[in-house]
Amino acid sequence: MTTAETLEPETIKERPDPGRRTSRGGGSWRRALRRDWQLYSLALLPLLFFLIFRYAPMLGNIIAFRKFEPGGDIFGEEWVGLRYVRMFLSDPTFWNVFTNTLVLGGLTLLFCFPLPIVLALLLNEVRNRKMKRFLQSVTYLPHFLSIVVVAGIVMQFLSLDGPVNQILQMAGGEPISFMQRPEWFRTIYVSSEIWQTVGWGTILYLAALTTIDEQLYEAARIDGASRWRQIWHVTLPGIRPTAVTLLILNIGTFMAVGFEKVLLLYNPLTYPTGDVISTYVYRMGVQSSNMSYAAAIGLFEALIGLTLIISANVISKRTVGTSLW
Amino acid sequence: MVTHHVTRGYRIFQGFNAVILAGVVVATLYPFVNIVAQSFSDERYILSGQVNLIPKGFNLTTYQIVASDPMFWINYRNTVVYTVVATLIAMVLTTCYAYVLSKRHLKGRTFLIWVAVFTMFFNGGLIPNYVLVTSLGLKNTIWAIVLPNAISVFNLLVMKAFFENMPDELEEAASIDGLNTYGILWRIVLPLSKAVIATMLLFYAVSFWNSWFAAFLYMNEADLFPVTVYLRNLIAGATGAEGAGAAVADVTQAASNIKSVTIVLTVLPILAIYPFVQRYFVSGVMLGAVKG
Repeated sequence: MTTAETLEPETIKERPDPGRRTSRGGGSWRRALRRDWQLYSLALLPLLFFLIFRYAPMLGNIIAFRKFEPGGDIFGEEWVGLRYVRMFLSDPTFWNVFTNTLVLGGLTLLFCFPLPIVLALLLNEVRNRKMKRFLQSVTYLPHFLSIVVVAGIVMQFLSLDGPVNQILQMAGGEPISFMQRPEWFRTIYVSSEIWQTVGWGTILYLAALTTIDEQLYEAARIDGASRWRQIWHVTLPGIRPTAVTLLILNIGTFMAVGFEKVLLLYNPLTYPTGDVISTYVYRMGVQSSNMSYAAAIGLFEALIGLTLIISANVISKRTVGTSLW
Repeated sequence: MVTHHVTRGYRIFQGFNAVILAGVVVATLYPFVNIVAQSFSDERYILSGQVNLIPKGFNLTTYQIVASDPMFWINYRNTVVYTVVATLIAMVLTTCYAYVLSKRHLKGRTFLIWVAVFTMFFNGGLIPNYVLVTSLGLKNTIWAIVLPNAISVFNLLVMKAFFENMPDELEEAASIDGLNTYGILWRIVLPLSKAVIATMLLFYAVSFWNSWFAAFLYMNEADLFPVTVYLRNLIAGATGAEGAGAAVADVTQAASNIKSVTIVLTVLPILAIYPFVQRYFVSGVMLGAVKG
């Protein structure tokens, strides 16, 4: 709170005017409630939503350390300590899905983070405005499709009689049942992820590119900088804050790798490479009703995610001065 | 655009760029065109791998087959109902909360913001959510889809940013004229926020239209499914070990062109509005990125 605000006359603070922004703080809660009770009342239902559907499940993770009976207390029956944690740490399937999650998340980050930057730079070089707008419309489109539709398209595309196998056969090869082969799962997952996200991912970069001062390019040209050097010294620094922010966000969702898409694309034959932590949690909990066991793994995953995003944020604050909060 | 010396190297680059971007366009659109072509084709040509960009053995039979399945229409209607109800509720809650958060003078505002923002970085996870929704008795009701997703924090922040940018004077004048907070929000603020409301409506409507997992998780009666789950059960067919019961069995052996037709019919509404609403999405994302 600043001095200017505390110096404000008491009369203004007392005026029942919810639209005013000048009378911050100063008063007690009782005064704030009397003045802004209508505003607070608007927040009630949303707060109830957050409390029930966001914070209660957070607390619900406590069943990772308690015995849970279906139909019983949602916070479990009795303490069992770290039984379920020890259990999953000695479960070989857990370590398999853990590795798969890291590999799939790593590959996604490796391709889906930098490719939008490249595409944005290429689009930025298109001088014809109508053409540019057309290209943007086309590349944004896959973002708006349901993940079920994307999975459907992928399966049709890679089916034994689909276009990819058609081309293989024309080239004299044998048709491959891609969806049943574990060695293809990662390629299929990452390519479809690229197909769906890269175009939409360019939006923020394109916006950042338009804010770069034209004079900087002018100055670089006068200094004799080639196109490439202009990109290196003017364009890339111009989009760096955007890139860092998106990188932090990507790292934060690293562990949650497209759960819904994996669930749609994998099958028991591709579990060796396709099964990830979240799908394992789903099968253990929802299908096999080992709620506590699944919750313990889920909590472990969420904590890694939180740690990752906090660390990424701290590192970027220290090194490049960009941070989320 | 400033005219300047165009080097040969740059012209070569422009050529390459055109080729690469053309490749991107083809790679993006080809799967669509292929699916549409299949949907109008004769099954024989699809099985022998002859359908590419143009339908072979053009016919509308498959469309008639899909359209004559009453379950398809029941599920399609469900999607419409779920989308409309969920969008309306989400709009009301998001608007109210965003308006409250936009008031800088409000005591406890920072806390209220953090209540929302923290859930972006940490969430309860699948199992506790499942246990909660089940124990609330929401299974097999529309509320299992609507309530757990009633506020998207991203949308909330976009709207908050928009409200913060509105001039104070109008609201001050209205309050002097005797309008209370509800009146100001309803009669002054909302009429001036048509652009952001349209954007939010679209964000929510598209995401509910496309959603499938909540329904897949919480509904086990086929006549409650949205069309996305209908489609999921269709494509999961052959490997549908995780299918949702009886509904899967009778569609398991669906032919390629039936899947294609269902895909086309599911995305049709999205494709139909896409050219007109795309710019709202773009501006919404920008607003969220600048302020969020």
